[in-house]
Amino acid sequence: MVDGCEGDRRSPRFCHIGCGEGTAEERCWGMQKSLLIDPDKCTSCLQCEMACSFEHEGSFNPARSRIKIFEFEHGKRAVPYTCTQCAEAWCVHACPVEALVRNPATGAVEVKDDVCVGCKVCTIACPFGTVNYNPDTGKVIKCDLCHGDPKCAEACPTDAIVYVDSSWTGLDRMRRWAGHVDTNQSAKA
Amino acid sequence: MSWQGQILRVNLTKGTAEAEPLNMEWANAYIGERGLGTKYLYENVDPKCDPMGPDNVLIFATGPLNGTMASTSGRYAVLCKSPLTGAIGDSNSGGKFGAFLKYAGYDLLLIEGRADKPVYLHIDDDTVEILPADEIWGTGVWHTEEWIKSRHQNPQLKVASIGEAGENGVLYACVVNDLHRAAGRCGVGAVMGSKNLKAVAAYGTRGVTVDDPAKFMEVVKDTHAKLAASDGREELTEGGTHPMIDMMQEWGGLPTRNFREVQFEGIDKVNPAATTVANANGHTNLITNKACFGCTIACGRIAHIDPEHFTIVNRPEYRHASGGLEYETAYAFGPVVGVDDLDSLTFANYMMNEHGMDPISFGVTLAAAMELFEMGVLTKDDTDGIDLSFGSSEGLAVMAEKTGKGEGFGKELALGSKRLCEKYSHPELFMGVKGQEFAGYDSRALQGMGLGYATSNRGACHLKHDVFGPDMEDISGNGKAAPVKESQDMVSMIDSTGLCLFTTAGWGPEDFVAQLDAALPGEWTLERCIESGERTWTLERMFNMAAGLTAADDTLPPRMLNEPVPSGSAKGKVSELSKMLPEYYSLRGWTEAGQPTNETLSRLGL
Repeated sequence: MVDGCEGDRRSPRFCHIGCGEGTAEERCWGMQKSLLIDPDKCTSCLQCEMACSFEHEGSFNPARSRIKIFEFEHGKRAVPYTCTQCAEAWCVHACPVEALVRNPATGAVEVKDDVCVGCKVCTIACPFGTVNYNPDTGKVIKCDLCHGDPKCAEACPTDAIVYVDSSWTGLDRMRRWAGHVDTNQSAKA
Repeated sequence: MSWQGQILRVNLTKGTAEAEPLNMEWANAYIGERGLGTKYLYENVDPKCDPMGPDNVLIFATGPLNGTMASTSGRYAVLCKSPLTGAIGDSNSGGKFGAFLKYAGYDLLLIEGRADKPVYLHIDDDTVEILPADEIWGTGVWHTEEWIKSRHQNPQLKVASIGEAGENGVLYACVVNDLHRAAGRCGVGAVMGSKNLKAVAAYGTRGVTVDDPAKFMEVVKDTHAKLAASDGREELTEGGTHPMIDMMQEWGGLPTRNFREVQFEGIDKVNPAATTVANANGHTNLITNKACFGCTIACGRIAHIDPEHFTIVNRPEYRHASGGLEYETAYAFGPVVGVDDLDSLTFANYMMNEHGMDPISFGVTLAAAMELFEMGVLTKDDTDGIDLSFGSSEGLAVMAEKTGKGEGFGKELALGSKRLCEKYSHPELFMGVKGQEFAGYDSRALQGMGLGYATSNRGACHLKHDVFGPDMEDISGNGKAAPVKESQDMVSMIDSTGLCLFTTAGWGPEDFVAQLDAALPGEWTLERCIESGERTWTLERMFNMAAGLTAADDTLPPRMLNEPVPSGSAKGKVSELSKMLPEYYSLRGWTEAGQPTNETLSRLGL
């Protein structure tokens, strides 16, 4: 543990500085955060795809974005989709060379470019399709949460993508539904 | 540098497609998109050519900011000689196609000649193919997009195509991309059809870089924040452009029944409020808003039609959502034809997008037909038995589809208002300039707008100048020439960047310049950019002069010049064009005959 870390090593919830220190067995996880995606707010502008590709490739290039927007029914719905950083990740298990490694500070599974051999087995293993092959480099690419500062969330003009405490991604929806519960009304009936 | 540095020249007669370097001298003088496209058009087309013949060229032009994180970076322009006006045709569109044409590695696409059979162009990085389009010829835009994506197993392809209207030579056919964004005006789709070119599909993996990435990202962060914080942006996100209909109603500038009136009694049934309340069947028109590429405004409307409405009750294929009403479409299917049936308006809008037609020109042409119908010049014998009285909801819906598909009286509406009115010996009923129909603002109630219409190089257009402020401060024509001239140059500059004019809701000219300066090498100052806008405007004018247009074409219909406006803020006024026009020519450095002087041309390096 480092100075200032108040974390309980067994739980990711209590470290306030996200120090990421420690071995795999006794590490301090930091507070894990996740991308919270709300399709209702997405306008399909692709600012996230440009921000993602700029961060990872140095150019605005949606074809190389780790997050993708999908439109349905002439734009009635638009859904941002990317890796959700599975706790037990299919891609990590499938990789024969251990090129997919979890970053303890962010909880993200990252691709080690110097280890990846471009076999693409992970792209088959991932049930969600969020690991993809980049023919320009011969490596796979996937969301790495920009090492804890996801550029897609920063670029999103409507907060359809935000970066929040991963243990409470459902809080807003719970609150919304809680709002429908009107016990006073039931009592009157 | 935010250019890819090459253009694609396609010759459909020869069946060739070759990349060539982007002319950087021109890019530096004209910025990009509209300006650069105008220069390429001027250098590649004989202004006297038959617009529907093989000698016309069709240009798809991007700007330096297309495909970057600058807000609204998806705007591209389509240029050619217009078959509707005989003048320069310059139309722009949003959606995602423009950015992806650039990602494929091409800053500009120039199409020459005419294919002997229907074809489409498939561009995917180095792959450029001219492929047969027999299977999609005769079908609409929506089917065409789906077919091409499926044919190439690439759902990420962005498609710009024509519907049946472009194939059939509807003179105001448009090029539609991404299902419901369109390069709508000037009949650019008719030219595409005349070349037997059904579609251009583009996808690419060549990212766009900028000259100074760190500075660019800093500037973009500021411009995003500035736009986000502006009231104008918030209003556009909330209501799109549609709320203008309430403003124009109140002002008394909302063209009604072919511009006989300027206020519409059915306003409450076709305004934004009407789109958000449930009708008797519990159906609500508006679903959500949608953005074009890179856009942090998202003014686009997504709507759907009441499944019980007569237009689609037996047509389940139209029950899905699609592009909804904006101001110009609400005006062109509503007040100007006197129709107050929201679902009919929305259906007409679907028809425009699916079959590829300009809603403004269609609506105003239908309005003229309705006036002729009321006068008894046209009867049900001419109109396939359909009632074309003002206010006919059936007339609107049926004729929108017939025109798109080239059926019956739709073939006459396909001529546009000017030719239709001439054919039936009432040329005075054409409401437009240089053969192109008016947008939803009356020239008598908004004097500067009238001058802008009269002098717009592409025929009547509300988007080539911005003088709402001066027009609402003073109902006379006094002092309007200067803001019209200045805003025309400004808009020419903005239209050349690859960004959307609607960002002016939150941005000043300096914001466009700052983004250009960070993205491009060299020094880009406000002065340089505005001068470039003026250069573009003047080159457009030179194209028109060479095509045979004269100062006599800078005019308005007699209704605007002689018939006093019947109600509203400017009640009793007529257009003061004859007073404003000489002042305008002089400010532009043009002769009394509207000809740029040698001095002006040399000042602009022309």
